[in-house]
Amino acid sequence: MKRLGGFYGISIVFLLLPVLFPDNYYIGVVGAFAGLHIILAVGLNLLIGYCGQISLGHAAFFGIGAYSSAILTTKYSFDPWLAMLAGMVLVFIIANIIARPVLKLKGHYLAMATLGFGIIVNIILVQSQDLTGGPDGMGDIPVLSIFGWNIDSDIRWYYVIAIFALIAVWFSLNIVDSRPGRALRAVHGSEFAAQMMGINTQNTKVNVFVFSALLASFAGSLFAHQQSFVSPDSFNFFFSIELVTMVVLGGMASTYGAIFGAILLTYLPEFLVIFEDYEMLIFGAILMGVMIFMPQGLYVGLSQKIGNLAKRRKQKRQVAASEAG
Amino acid sequence: MLDQLLQFLITGITVGSVYALVGLGFAIIYNASDVVNFSQGEFVMIGAMSAVTFSTMGMPLIIAMIGAVIVTVFIGMSLYKFAIKPAAGASVVSTIIITIGASILLRGAALLIWGKDFYGFPAFSGEEPIYLGSATMLPQNLWVIGITAFLVLIVLWFFNHTLLGKAVIACSCNKVAAQLVGVNVTRMLLLSYGLSAMLGAMAGILVAPITFTSYDAGIMLGLKGFSAAILGGMGNPLGAIAGGILLGVLESLGAGFISSGYKDAIAFTIILLVLFIRPSGLFGKKSQERV
Amino acid sequence: MSIVNIKHLEKSFGGVTAIGDLSFQVGKGIVYSVIGPNGAGKTTLFNMLCGFYQPDQGEITFSTEQDYLLHQMPTDKIAASGISRTFQNLQIFFNMTALENVMVGCHLQSSCNFIQAMLRLPSVIREEKKVRQRALDALTFCGLQSLATETADSLPYGDLKRLEIARALASKPKMILLDEPAAGLNDTETKEMRELIRRICDSGVTVLLVEHNMELVMNVSDQVLVLNFGSLLAQGTPEQIRDNPEVIQAYLGGEI
Repeated sequence: MKRLGGFYGISIVFLLLPVLFPDNYYIGVVGAFAGLHIILAVGLNLLIGYCGQISLGHAAFFGIGAYSSAILTTKYSFDPWLAMLAGMVLVFIIANIIARPVLKLKGHYLAMATLGFGIIVNIILVQSQDLTGGPDGMGDIPVLSIFGWNIDSDIRWYYVIAIFALIAVWFSLNIVDSRPGRALRAVHGSEFAAQMMGINTQNTKVNVFVFSALLASFAGSLFAHQQSFVSPDSFNFFFSIELVTMVVLGGMASTYGAIFGAILLTYLPEFLVIFEDYEMLIFGAILMGVMIFMPQGLYVGLSQKIGNLAKRRKQKRQVAASEAG
Repeated sequence: MLDQLLQFLITGITVGSVYALVGLGFAIIYNASDVVNFSQGEFVMIGAMSAVTFSTMGMPLIIAMIGAVIVTVFIGMSLYKFAIKPAAGASVVSTIIITIGASILLRGAALLIWGKDFYGFPAFSGEEPIYLGSATMLPQNLWVIGITAFLVLIVLWFFNHTLLGKAVIACSCNKVAAQLVGVNVTRMLLLSYGLSAMLGAMAGILVAPITFTSYDAGIMLGLKGFSAAILGGMGNPLGAIAGGILLGVLESLGAGFISSGYKDAIAFTIILLVLFIRPSGLFGKKSQERV
Repeated sequence: MSIVNIKHLEKSFGGVTAIGDLSFQVGKGIVYSVIGPNGAGKTTLFNMLCGFYQPDQGEITFSTEQDYLLHQMPTDKIAASGISRTFQNLQIFFNMTALENVMVGCHLQSSCNFIQAMLRLPSVIREEKKVRQRALDALTFCGLQSLATETADSLPYGDLKRLEIARALASKPKMILLDEPAAGLNDTETKEMRELIRRICDSGVTVLLVEHNMELVMNVSDQVLVLNFGSLLAQGTPEQIRDNPEVIQAYLGGEI
């Protein structure tokens, strides 16, 4: 089970952390956010990192999932899990409609199209006052429960989200190492060659786009019930950029890189808050710095550096051994 | 109805001029370095804010404007030198994140220096309205449109009729070939970024008397300027200008006749339509990928 | 018995005619080379054969158990009908290892879909084993088995040319299009390439070859087609072509 060694490792860490550090805000509360971000980042990483596409509008799907849950449970008394499913169905439809024309574009054009889409969805959320409560958002979202077990405390939310996050990671690791995963990566490597190997590149791109959108929708629904309140501010252009940053900063084409990026970008603002007014400036500087000096991402870059260090040490030992012997 | 139309046209062309200048800045940087500069809007903001500060410090208007332009040009060139050049050859996503990071950094700096307040700027030649039928125009509108036209003409003259301008174009076509004929590519790129920053700063200064400016005023402007560039055809300077004016007018008409809440959505819907139907924009060229 | 039948093929770009009224047949199970000066239309022909371009006029029929009208099919369907190819400008998947590159070649020979992969069903695990073995076999056929776990971007040019062939062979095609396989190779590598091409043909795969290296073409081909300015200049065995005065003139521009 060498393939999943890392997965078991992080599973143990995630599940044990609240036990080792009980009642800790940074584990219990911020950790739950990190979990949601992991679900989002891991899905987006399949699209951006492995398949080589771009999306600057994924916050829209997070928002559609959240608002679907919010509206259906508060205004139409849907069962929360049914509302979540309905949200995912809606996202499935929207993502399929938008993906086909959008993914025919490449590079900056693709970026701009997804950007435009994301902003339009956000504006609709703000403007449809009657349905969504407008810029003030909507609250009183009922509690989510599993067979009567109410998820109504921080620690319960932590574990529920952690388990779903681990499932999402497991999905991602499985996909990467399989025929569809190789098809994704082939599309990134060379669309011409991929087609020549019998891969329908358009379908491949659309499928991974829709998959990442569905994960975002799911995370959005969880978010709505966790916060019991949603407002359009959580689903804007900046959050879309944050998501892309998680994928890129952590390291593209690496599930663990996406996890790393998600965790980093969840905790970084908490850390930067102590710098108060300098927070935005420092954040921008860090973003630029990492992308300029470690474009392969922090996780991939750092693991390469550690790998090289280990290799060099091993070589030194071998040289020393051969000289002594 | 007709006078409303005229009013909306005036507003539209004024705003459109700002979009045109921002879009032109995008086009210049894109042509020179294949980079979409997401911090272009921040050039506009910094130009406006600096001009306000210099003017408040007592400098006469013209000096404040020149000072603001100098500050912004310096920032534009620094962006190239310290962020874009070291990352040459990076993927599209990476470069996007870098310029987005730059925009966040510049906004963060602006937040530090100027806080969250809104700042105003006295109009260049007073606020006495001019009447055109039953539509009103402020003198500042004329300044915006007029100076924009002037700047556009200078930029076109620069690229089409000066050796330096042609050298910049050469760099965007083929850096290696340009170097081989003796063009200093780095200097040309610095020039491009500086020029782009100047245009952005001027846009900010021109429009600050009409719409107040603040630390985050650049975001939407940048995005819409980018939209203008795409509408006109990415990389086509004239297209960017036409795209900007067209975008401004369409936005104004849409806000006036349909709904002002969805005004911003108009710009982005247009972009999606352009990208779906004719990605090369109104005036762009189609490209072929060779296998 | 012909495997490919090309009738009155025409293709223009803008005002330039790349291919003009071209007709020929390729026999099954042979090495068929297409040669001609630069700009003669060879790569355009290949691109039409695999669906990257649509011809303006004419038909391309690919005959195996049934007749496929290639000029009306998209590339991925053409691949499914039993055609594979390599590229003049390498289109290797640099983001994967050599083995993974070839495993992509097995795409058509496997069927695991997104959901099955996500859940890692037992059928997926079984299929992965088969695909891995098939890919290794293809690498071995091309002499690259020792490089399986290397990332493609660390491999030298000569190995990459062979890797593209291994990848194309992994899909078990009936016909393979080789686009300048010897470009950039030294003499030793060219000789190895010649042997590889012969091995491919001997295994029952029809080889359609575009090449500039005349020694390779003359030594490995069963039939040669000479294109000039998009039209058929000559067709025949290598000996017939070599002695054809029109061919000599087209290539060398006049009497020697």
